[in-house]
Amino acid sequence: MSTTGIVSVTNLSKCYGNFTAVNGISFSIRRGEIFGFLGPNGAGKTTTINMMIGLARPSGGSVEIDGIDAVKNVKKAQSIMGIVPDESNLYDEMDGFDNLCFCGSLYGMRKAEREQRAKALLSQFDLAKAGKRPFKAYSKGMRRKLTIAAGIIHRPEILFLDEPTTGIDVESARQIRHLLLELKQRGTTIFITTHYIEDAERICDRIAFIAGGNIVANGTVSELMQSVSHGYAIRLTANQNLEPLAGDLQQHFDGCTVKVDTNHEVTLLCEERIPLSPVLQYLDGKGISVFEAKEIRPTLEDVFVNITGIEAEKLKKEKEKGGVAK
Amino acid sequence: MKTWIAFWNILKKDIQNYYLKPPNISWGIIFPLSWTLMQLIRSSGGMNLSDIRALLPGLMAMSVLFGTTSMLAVTITFERKGRSFDRLLLAPISLSTMVAAKLSGAILFGLFNAFVPVIFASFFIDLAVISWGVVLLAVFLIAVTSTLLGLLIAVSAKEVFEAQTFSNFFRFPMLFLCGLFLPVSSLPVFLRPISYLLPLTYGTDLLGGAILGVGTLPPVLCVLILLVFAIVLFTFCQYNIRRKWIL
Repeated sequence: MSTTGIVSVTNLSKCYGNFTAVNGISFSIRRGEIFGFLGPNGAGKTTTINMMIGLARPSGGSVEIDGIDAVKNVKKAQSIMGIVPDESNLYDEMDGFDNLCFCGSLYGMRKAEREQRAKALLSQFDLAKAGKRPFKAYSKGMRRKLTIAAGIIHRPEILFLDEPTTGIDVESARQIRHLLLELKQRGTTIFITTHYIEDAERICDRIAFIAGGNIVANGTVSELMQSVSHGYAIRLTANQNLEPLAGDLQQHFDGCTVKVDTNHEVTLLCEERIPLSPVLQYLDGKGISVFEAKEIRPTLEDVFVNITGIEAEKLKKEKEKGGVAK
Repeated sequence: MKTWIAFWNILKKDIQNYYLKPPNISWGIIFPLSWTLMQLIRSSGGMNLSDIRALLPGLMAMSVLFGTTSMLAVTITFERKGRSFDRLLLAPISLSTMVAAKLSGAILFGLFNAFVPVIFASFFIDLAVISWGVVLLAVFLIAVTSTLLGLLIAVSAKEVFEAQTFSNFFRFPMLFLCGLFLPVSSLPVFLRPISYLLPLTYGTDLLGGAILGVGTLPPVLCVLILLVFAIVLFTFCQYNIRRKWIL
């Protein structure tokens, strides 16, 4: 992955009447990286991607893609982009192979070249057997894979994906993540919007969080994690009720806070990493056997909840609405 | 070359996906034939095959109008609804190339529709005396302007049924005002200016002149006015697409 930028978004905004959907956001994407753009529904993700790809006109600001002003010279910028929208937008009546060939033709690919590439992509995406089946007969996962294949048929330098794993089964979602990593290895820059935080955590090099049309955080996964990390946390699961011992534990291990999770579970929150054996010995001395001791690390979801203030419960509901992937 | 590849493939895709479907082919054949038979029965109280020539301009104009306007409006609205139209908007081809490719399919379908009554008529009357060059030009220009009207509808409609409703809303009044059934000169005075604002009026007049020798306006003037209509509608459609579809 190179550190040179391929995309530069500066003070980008979009207003619909009095409503500001995107409020002067700025970020850059490095060549060859997977850049995640995360936010809840209505945060401004799709509006931002639409402005970057030329489906929406910015109210202000600029988008530069590989040195091309993508607002003023949108068609030139589109020639190096691959675009995979949140809903599969291929032609239902046409089969998979013809759909791919048609998409290749829109980028000026000659017949022999696009047919060869379509065959290769059908193979790569595990769709070779379905190549002559009409698109309308494809399952959701197959539709999504073919839409991604259509987005890369012309070998774009940058691929934009809007919610690529929403509403598809676990296996297809896994395959898509794998394909995106393969594309990255071949040097394609990927911009991905999603509200599946785990997806972003697994595949993205850098992430920007958007909420209410503003970018509220931007950085690598580990940088973002650090922002909510409050030291060392360890969860203990025992054979007895640990609640009465919480106060004693806290006194005994100075500098740690004890949080009772359930009767049989407590979490020790310490400023620094502590050795486990004194804890286990102490509890053993009290006649308590510890079945499990597990280090609790903050997740990207914790970062998101912490930064945006959006409750985890609301986020879960959005995921459920979005589909079954994971 | 790249533009031409994209243009040709959009046109080919539209013809295969929409225009060559059995319902549309049967519509293209049955509609003009039904109108021909209906008009023959209506005229002079019985079937008189020599009347076919007199019916040809009207039948051809109507076939083109009905074939082009609704087809383009419906196919574009259908693609917009399924979001496959976004794929065309996102392709690195100019908007005018994409629009021209979409229009071409409907224009070809209109031309096919126009010549169904001609083929039917050729079995019964001698068509050698007709000025075919002018007829071809007239049919082409009617097809272009009607298709552009269809595009204008497509830009305004969000649903397929809206596109069909809008098409009928202007198509039927247009039929009665363009001199097809009644000469423009016999229309009430207040309606005549409206007649002259309709491209079909000039197309019908041009066809009437070429087939029957009864054109009321100079053919060159009709051609020029139809060209102006085509250019204005094309420009207006592009402007509307940019304004309404690229938000």
